[in-house]
Amino acid sequence: MILSVGESLLIIFVIAIITFGLRATPFLIFSRTGTTPKVIRYLGDALPPAVMGMLIVYCLRNVSVQDAPFGIPELLGVLTVAGLHLWKKNNLLSILGGTVLYMALIQFVFI
Amino acid sequence: MKQAIRAAFPVTIPVLLGYLSIGIAFGLLFENAGYNFIWAFLMSLVVYAGAMQFIAVSFFTGGIGLIQIALMTIVINVRHIFYGLSFLDRFEGMGKKKWYMAFSLTDETYSLLCGVNVPENVDEKKFFFCVSLLNQSYWVLGSVIGSLAGSLITFNTSGMDFAMTALFIVIFIDQWKAYASHIPALIGIGSTIAALVVIGPGNLVIPSMGLIVISLMLARKQIEEKVKTVKEEEDLMP
Repeated sequence: MILSVGESLLIIFVIAIITFGLRATPFLIFSRTGTTPKVIRYLGDALPPAVMGMLIVYCLRNVSVQDAPFGIPELLGVLTVAGLHLWKKNNLLSILGGTVLYMALIQFVFI
Repeated sequence: MKQAIRAAFPVTIPVLLGYLSIGIAFGLLFENAGYNFIWAFLMSLVVYAGAMQFIAVSFFTGGIGLIQIALMTIVINVRHIFYGLSFLDRFEGMGKKKWYMAFSLTDETYSLLCGVNVPENVDEKKFFFCVSLLNQSYWVLGSVIGSLAGSLITFNTSGMDFAMTALFIVIFIDQWKAYASHIPALIGIGSTIAALVVIGPGNLVIPSMGLIVISLMLARKQIEEKVKTVKEEEDLMP
């Protein structure tokens, strides 16, 4: 440890309070039910599908399609998850199936 | 409560896999920076933010001011400002637990709660609370394991964090089917790809989130009309 215990605690405290502040902001602003503006209600409903799309792309942001293995393990993983999910509609099966395949691909096939 | 935990656990298994593997990596990294498991435990307990905690490890090497740390925290986590909007009504009436629900609204918990179907015989509020609590316990557990024993793990875990990507894909598909308009889903993917192409993978989240909110506002009329039409059609069905 380069920093003192006090300095380290202070850093954790600053990060914690800001992170919580950001997550709590909507509840602090629109706390009373029935007073939420319509546009906020609309955003609340429409955001989940958009955010899921964002998070998928975000997770895959460092995949390079120009260098080997050209994103093939990721593509196969994504297709497996989506395929399994459309077919069996079982969250756990889709996620485990895709993850196990992906791990096998990057550990044994595309080394 | 027991019943709610039993109902919530299966739903949280994907996050269990993801959080254990990412948490272990964080604990190991923090340990190498000179901070033992008590620190990892404390940080995962009070901060509870995946990407942020990884970046935060570099703050402890000294030379970075608190103002800069505060600014970086805002930049990295500002997307969370929007997550609560989807739960304004549903977290209401949870009493003090509401603030824990807000505190624990990570990407993964947000996704699970957005996509989940509450089992019929379980109270929704208890169920939500259990999902959030279980998720954080995995994160705390993972970071402590990583700190204590990360260097002893010989099992090759590389690629296990793909569970997180898979979770988002599964919920994306469920949302695609559940939400009347497909425009928001397409906006989410399109905005992020646009930001990736223009700005690159380094600072992706804020521009993407900005583009998403602007696009959703521009397409509001179209989306709301579609939602209304579908709702009316559903009401007409016997």
